[in-house]
Amino acid sequence: MADLRINLAGIKSPNPFWLASAPPTNSGYQVQRAFEAGWGGAVWKTLGDPILNVSSRFAAVSFNGQRVAGFNNIELITDRPLEVNLKEIYETKKRFPDHAIIASLMVEPKQEKWHEIVKRVEDTGVDGLELNFGCPHGMAERGMGSASGQVPELVERQTYWVKEAAKTPVIVKLTPNITDITSTAEAAVKGGADAVSMINTINSLAGVDIDTWNTIPHVGGKGAHGGYCGPAVKPIALHMVGECARNPRIPIPISGIGGISNWQNAVEFMLMGATGVQVCTAAMHHGFRIVEDMIEGLNNYLDDKGISSVMDIVGKSVPKYSDWGNLDLNYNITARINQDVCIECNKCYIACEDTSHQCIDRLVDSNGVSFLKVREEDCVGCNLCSIVCPVDGAIDMVEVPNDLPPMTWNERQAALGLLNGTAEKVVKS
Amino acid sequence: MKINHTNIDLNFQEIHPGLSQNEALEEANRCLYCYDAPCIKACPTGIDIPSFIKKIASGNLKGSAKTIMTANPMGASCSRVCPTEELCEGACVLNHTAKPIMIGNLQRYATDWAIKNEVDFFEPGTQNGKRVAIVGGGPAGLSAARELARLGYKADIFEAEEKAGGLNTFGIVPFRLPMAISDWEIEQVEKLGVTIHTKTRIGKDLSADELVNSYDAVILAIGMAHVPDLGIEGENLKGVYDAIEFVRDTKTKPLSHQFFGKKAVVIGAGNTAIDAATSSVRLGAGNVKILYRRTSEEMTAYAFEYEFAKQDGVEFRFLTAPSRIIGDEQGRVIGIECIKMELGEPAEDGRRRPVPIQGSEFILEADMVIKANGQARFVGLIEQFNLHHDDGVVKVDSASYQTSNEKVFACGDVIFGKGQGEAMVVSAAQQGKESAHAVHRSLAPFFAETV
Repeated sequence: MADLRINLAGIKSPNPFWLASAPPTNSGYQVQRAFEAGWGGAVWKTLGDPILNVSSRFAAVSFNGQRVAGFNNIELITDRPLEVNLKEIYETKKRFPDHAIIASLMVEPKQEKWHEIVKRVEDTGVDGLELNFGCPHGMAERGMGSASGQVPELVERQTYWVKEAAKTPVIVKLTPNITDITSTAEAAVKGGADAVSMINTINSLAGVDIDTWNTIPHVGGKGAHGGYCGPAVKPIALHMVGECARNPRIPIPISGIGGISNWQNAVEFMLMGATGVQVCTAAMHHGFRIVEDMIEGLNNYLDDKGISSVMDIVGKSVPKYSDWGNLDLNYNITARINQDVCIECNKCYIACEDTSHQCIDRLVDSNGVSFLKVREEDCVGCNLCSIVCPVDGAIDMVEVPNDLPPMTWNERQAALGLLNGTAEKVVKS
Repeated sequence: MKINHTNIDLNFQEIHPGLSQNEALEEANRCLYCYDAPCIKACPTGIDIPSFIKKIASGNLKGSAKTIMTANPMGASCSRVCPTEELCEGACVLNHTAKPIMIGNLQRYATDWAIKNEVDFFEPGTQNGKRVAIVGGGPAGLSAARELARLGYKADIFEAEEKAGGLNTFGIVPFRLPMAISDWEIEQVEKLGVTIHTKTRIGKDLSADELVNSYDAVILAIGMAHVPDLGIEGENLKGVYDAIEFVRDTKTKPLSHQFFGKKAVVIGAGNTAIDAATSSVRLGAGNVKILYRRTSEEMTAYAFEYEFAKQDGVEFRFLTAPSRIIGDEQGRVIGIECIKMELGEPAEDGRRRPVPIQGSEFILEADMVIKANGQARFVGLIEQFNLHHDDGVVKVDSASYQTSNEKVFACGDVIFGKGQGEAMVVSAAQQGKESAHAVHRSLAPFFAETV
C-alpha cells in the first residue's frame, strides 16, 4: 500500500484527489458526502458577496455518442449567504479534521474587501485559501474572476493583499483565457502566493440548437458565453501545468485541474508537475463514488512501479518537456503493421493516403490474401495510422536506428551561425 | 416462444421490436467506418454500409435510408430476412476483435424510419419511349421495374397473384416479415409509374408471344412454383399441406384455431420448412417435428433459422425420410411412416446422397403433414417462351442476363439452381437491378437520348 498523502504548500490531505470549487462543493452536505466517499480534499464553492444565478446553467458536448466529452457552465459563485457557508465549513472541518478544506474566494479588487473575507473565512478552520481569478463569465463582467486574472498586475496586487491578512497557505487559481499563463503565474509568485492552481474554465459556447437557432444553453432565448471544462480540455490544462512546472520563476507547487476523469489522468498531471489534482466534471457526470477507483488505481499503479509515496512522482516528466527547438531532428520512427493483429478496416490506409504521406500499400500475397504494409522508406513517423487504428497492437511505431548523432534545431542553427560567422570572417580577412 | 392460446394473432407479431433510437445510435457509433469495407463486398446488392451507418449516427436518417434503397430496392425486407451472419455481418472486421455491428438491425432502423415518415426517394427518368414487360412481381421483378423506371422506361409488371411482392408478400412468415413492409416496397416502385397488372397469369390471360411481340424487351422473373409431390402414398389425405400455401394463409387469411394441440410433421429442412414449422408452433400445434433425409450439415435452412426453430421447440429428426402418409377411414391423416437413412456417395451437387436403411421403417403419430420438400418450376411457361432451360432453370448469359431469346431476359429464382446463384431475396434484388441495366444496354443504342 503506497502512501497517497500529499502536502501541497503545507496543506495536507489523505490523497491527492480534491473536488474543485464548483457545484459539487456548494454545501456542507455535499462536501461531507464527498469525504465519506473518499475524496481527500475539497475546494469550497467560491465565497463572496451574494449573487443571483440564472436558470438553465449547464450544457455539455457529446461526441459520437460519448456524453460529456466537454462541459460548459454559466453558473456564478455561491448564491448562499456567507454566514451559512462559513457555518457549514466549520462543521465539516470539525467532522473531517484530516481532510483538506480550502475556501475559494472572490471579491472586488479592493484591499479591505480581501482582508475582511480572509479573516472571516480563516476563523472557520480552513486549511487554505484559493483565490478565484479565473471564473470567465458573469463575475468577469463586474471586474472580478478572469477580469482580474488576465492582468498580471491585478493578480500580483490582490495576492499581496490576501497574503497580508492570511495565516493559511494561499493558492492562486489561474485562468487559461490568456496568451501565456506563466505571466500570471509569475505575478502570483511575486504577490507571495504559496501555490497556483490551474486551469479554470475556458471561454466557451457549448452549441447552437439547429432547430430553434438558440444558443446552448439559453436563458429565455438569449445566451452568454460560459466556461468550458471536462475531458476535452485536459490537453490544454496539462500543457499549462507543464509550462509553469518547468519555469524556474514559478518555484511553487501546482494544483492540477482540467478534465481529470480517472487515476491515469491524475498520474499524468502529477508527473507533469502537479502536487495534487482537482476534479469536477467527472464527479458531476458520475457522482462522488468515482473516487474509489481513482484511489485504488493510483495505489495499484504506485505499488506496481515500486514507488512508496505518491509525492515521489511529482514532476518526474517535467525534465522531458521542453521546446520544439530542443527536439532531436535525427530521431526517426516508422509505422509497422502487425499482420496477425490487423483486422483490415483500412482506416490507416485511407488516413495516410488522403491526409498524410501516402506510404501504406494495400497488397495481396501469393495466396490471394490481402494485407496492409507500410513503405518504411517513405514513412515520416507521424503516428496518424496508429492513432486511427481501432485495434491495440495492430500498428507499432518503432524507432529506426541510424548513425547520425542527435541534432536539435537550436544546435543546428547555432552550428550554422558559427559556420556563417567563420565564413564572414574569412571574407573580411 | 410463449404461445398465446386465446389470441393467436399476438403469436404472429414481428418477433423483434426493432432498435430503439438509443440502441441504434450506440451501435452506429460503434461502427469503425472502414474504408473499402468488406461488408459492402459481402452484400450482394453492394449497399454502402459504412455510409448508411454513419448517416444514422449523424441523424441523417433520410440519407441513410436512401443509401440503402438506392442499392437495394428490397432494402426494408432484406434488413429482416437476409442471412446477415453469412453476408455483411459475417464480413464485419469487428468479428476479429469484438462482435460484429448489427448491420441488419441498423438497416431496419433506417428503412423503418423512411416507412414511418412516408419518404419517397426516387423520380422516374425522362421517358425514352421504350416499353418493357416484366413477368412476375417478386423481389427480382420489382427491382428490375424500379431501375427501368428510373432509366425512363415504361415498365409493366404482370403478376399472377392478387398482389405483387412474391415471396416477400406471401412466402415469409409475418413474424419475420410483416406484409406492410412488402407493401411499402411495392408502393415505392408503383410511384415511379410502373404498372402492376395483378391477377394476370402469362400463358393463360396473355400469351408469351403477345408479350414478346408488343414490348421492346421482356424480363422473366417468375420465381418458383408450388411444393412438388413427394411421390408417396397418402399425399391427398385431409391434413396434408403445401408449406408455401400454409405460410401464405398465415398472411392472407384470419388465423385459424384448427391446429390447436395437433401433432405436426414438416417434411424438409429449408427456409420454408422452418417457416412452416414455427408457424405451426404459433398456431398452437402440440408437437412439431421436422423430418429431413440428410443431416443438419446439409440442410439449406440458415444457422439462425435452425436456432430459431429449436428455440420454438421444433424437434428435428435427421436422416429420416417419409415413406407413406397414413390416414383413417375419413381420409384424415393419423400418422406418417418413415425410414431411416444414411449418407452415401456425393451426388452431382456435391451433397452426399441419402440411402434408405432397409427394414428401419417406423411410424410417427401425426395429425397434419406439411410438405416443404422444395419448389417446382414453371416449366410450361418457360417452354411457352421457347427458352433453353435445364429442368426449369432458365439458361442465361451471366453478364447480360439474356436468355436463348435475345429479347427475353431472366433473373431471380427462375435462373437459380443447377449450381448457379443463391436463392436469397437480396440476390434476386441485385439480379433484377442488373437485368434492368442489361436491358438498357441492349436498347439504349436504339433511341436518341443515349446513355
